[in-house]
Amino acid sequence: MYSIVSTATVCGIQSVLVQVEADVSDGMPAFEMVGALSSEVKEAKERVRAAFRNSGIRLAPKKITVNIYPADIRKTGTGFDLPIALAILAAYGKVPGKHLEGILFAGEISLNGEIRPTAGILPMVLAAKEAGKHTVCIPKGNLGEAELVKGMAVLPAETLSQVAGVVEEFHQDPEKFQTSKVPPRTGQCMAEGCDFAGIHGQKILKRACEVAAAGRHNMLLVGPPGAGKTMAARATATILPALSEEEALEIARIYSVSGRFGQRQGQFFARPFRNPHHTISVAGLAGGGTVPKPGELSLAHKGVLFLDELTEFKREALEVLRQPLEEKSIRIARSSGSFCFPADVMLIGAMNPCGCGYYPDRRKCACSPSVVSRHLGKLSRPLLDRIDLTVEVRRLPLAEIISGEREETSETIQNRVQAVKEVQKKRFAGSAISCNSQIPAANIEEFCPMGQDAKKLLQGSFERLGLSARGYYRAIRVARTIADIEGSRQIRRVHMMESLMYREIDRKAWVGLG
Amino acid sequence: MTENRRDSIGTKGEEKGSIQKFEYWLAGIPSVSGKKKIQLKAQFPDPEELYRLPKGQLQKAPWLTEKEKAAIAAAQQIPEPKLDAGVCCCAKEQIQLATWQDAKYPKRLRDIYNPPYGLYYRGSLPPEDAPSVAIVGARSCSAYGVQMAGEIGWGLASQGISVISGMALGIDGAGHQGALKAHGRTYGIFGCGVDVCYPASHRELYEAIPARGGLVSEYQPRTKPLAMFFPQRNRIISGLSDAVIVVEAREKSGALITADFALEQGREVYAVPGRAGDPLSEGANRLIRQGAGIFLSIGDFLKEMGIFADFVGYSAKNQKLSLEKSEKLVYSCVDLSPKSIEGLLAETSLPFGELMEILESLREKGCILEVYKNYYIRLEISGFA
Repeated sequence: MYSIVSTATVCGIQSVLVQVEADVSDGMPAFEMVGALSSEVKEAKERVRAAFRNSGIRLAPKKITVNIYPADIRKTGTGFDLPIALAILAAYGKVPGKHLEGILFAGEISLNGEIRPTAGILPMVLAAKEAGKHTVCIPKGNLGEAELVKGMAVLPAETLSQVAGVVEEFHQDPEKFQTSKVPPRTGQCMAEGCDFAGIHGQKILKRACEVAAAGRHNMLLVGPPGAGKTMAARATATILPALSEEEALEIARIYSVSGRFGQRQGQFFARPFRNPHHTISVAGLAGGGTVPKPGELSLAHKGVLFLDELTEFKREALEVLRQPLEEKSIRIARSSGSFCFPADVMLIGAMNPCGCGYYPDRRKCACSPSVVSRHLGKLSRPLLDRIDLTVEVRRLPLAEIISGEREETSETIQNRVQAVKEVQKKRFAGSAISCNSQIPAANIEEFCPMGQDAKKLLQGSFERLGLSARGYYRAIRVARTIADIEGSRQIRRVHMMESLMYREIDRKAWVGLG
Repeated sequence: MTENRRDSIGTKGEEKGSIQKFEYWLAGIPSVSGKKKIQLKAQFPDPEELYRLPKGQLQKAPWLTEKEKAAIAAAQQIPEPKLDAGVCCCAKEQIQLATWQDAKYPKRLRDIYNPPYGLYYRGSLPPEDAPSVAIVGARSCSAYGVQMAGEIGWGLASQGISVISGMALGIDGAGHQGALKAHGRTYGIFGCGVDVCYPASHRELYEAIPARGGLVSEYQPRTKPLAMFFPQRNRIISGLSDAVIVVEAREKSGALITADFALEQGREVYAVPGRAGDPLSEGANRLIRQGAGIFLSIGDFLKEMGIFADFVGYSAKNQKLSLEKSEKLVYSCVDLSPKSIEGLLAETSLPFGELMEILESLREKGCILEVYKNYYIRLEISGFA
């Protein structure tokens, strides 16, 4: 007998619907599977066979042939176990094949017949919806992500022996399975337990963090060890404007594909915060593998990618960031195909100013100018050019640490940031730009009207500070955000002054002491 | 063909009348001290004779050690065309050579222990009739040190004093720069060939100095800067000077070697005092403890040196500058060691915008200097910087 069951395979962060066919015929007992299967899909054969036996399902020895089509798409992932098992059951006539029609099945089966959570369920459900299906049957452990998709009936599968029952139940009362929940807006950010209220003093640092968050500018923190660079970076993630539902879904999709949806459980609207260790490889950062999986860069999508000890990262790993920082996505081409992962991150880097970490405090630092210069030289110009704000994090004097002064909470700051976000939304309505950091040089005049004295200050500083053309535009973009925070339509002198304070460290002047 | 080229090179070199090639050869023999070369020169008035001396004849000079003899024998192996090329190269690069018997050889060096036999220089040598002062100090120094060295260089050079230093990063470079700002004379003494720009980041100084003074070295052109050359070079810095001013020096610093040489050679040694316990000034402070002169101001120094007794300080200008009340507040918080904007914010409790405005206006008035990004120091003397 013949049967057919729908399922899906994951390509990048997209999903493609495929069909599992099973044919059971007389002849030498055998179990054959075809259809461009990767090794984990081929292994399904053993899992399904054992699961049948351990679930008390006895099948007469016959020749079983399974084909997954279209045969020109390479099938990867472990979600094929459940559809294969059901296709076989239907082909044996143990389950009415008609009942399986229109339902998308996915899930991994363990040897005892349990159905385990599987990576990539969310894009599969989304693909099913796009294809006009209204019902999916997925592991119970993945219920959370499947429910994110509106207008779908979700059948939770717990064990192989129970699946047929659930499908039956669905056909009797389809209404019962109509679930679509919008998760509660809890959890602002995935960097837990950090709040600006916990950072004392450091006024300029805090201000810079606010500016960076408001305009989505990339930021570099430079300071001695123990000054609070990491804390500031984590706290910055907590003041980013709230995610829209669409953005949150996009993030959920990335986490689902990489099998980390659990990390987003309960914090669907939280901004991601990723801080990979500096030993990370190129593939780890950018994404990769024979079948590419998203890297840290994509896992930080719409959130913060924090690179602590920036100078210690492998040069190749850092250089890989260049193009995605501009294009907000990364394209990875492998023999298995070319995949595009979203990578709209806010980069925060942290580093020491020199090898020992205390420059320019000459009482503590004995690094020679050439050593300091070499240390700063570990970062390439093209990468530094993509960083809008450079802030020194000062070592705090004891008096400030124990001052006991009430500090602003992240929530207060976030409210201001949110307001600036609205201003930008209005300004860039109808264009591809979404925040101040993305204003192209050609549109600077249009979006960044400057007062006469601000213009004069910038022009005067251009020579004195030895700014580059890129530095010039960067100063204006940052000043735009500062003006937005201050509620000014025009960029004024004081905004420009502050912006110039965040300019990058000029390696020559920094080391040569004038 | 080789023959031809050699001829043309030879005539070219002689036409300019620049460097005699066997003098060039003698000056360039490594590991034979200047003192020994002078003795050799007395024995062999024409260095060509020494060059062509058959092996074994050197027994006549029993005061040469075996090592030195070997060095001379090795130098004799240098083919003549190579010497010609070297001389020609000097002419092309406008490098001159002053050897012991030349009239232009600095008199100040004649009476030091172990003077260099020859000095290669680009530009000129310090004039004999003008006083010369060396400014030396640490390479990794504070902004205050750079400021002081620059001011001292500026002050001395503007009084017609030759400023001598080692062209190193930090204090040395700042001293040169100060002198150049005053359009005065300054001389950089190298620990490598004068055609090698070391450190490379001082390219600007390297190009500016020959026009206003000179680059001087005892090492043949193209000699690479090796660590072992620099302590030796210091004896020339002090030797060419009437006084040595140490600005900032750690406990173990090359500047102290220069000070030692200066004492040995009977030169005056001055040190700019630093705060007690400040590692950057430990060396300078120790010099003072050992009896070196204390450098407080240029006027003071010049008076003590008996150079210009009527020197008028130029710090008066700043005091007359009227500052607004808030400017005074900020100015009083800025120190000689760099202070960050954030530190100033905390100290003055001024709002950010106002502080930035005040800093900007103080900067324009020349009262403060941004030494690195967002770090300021105060300027005492408004003539410089």
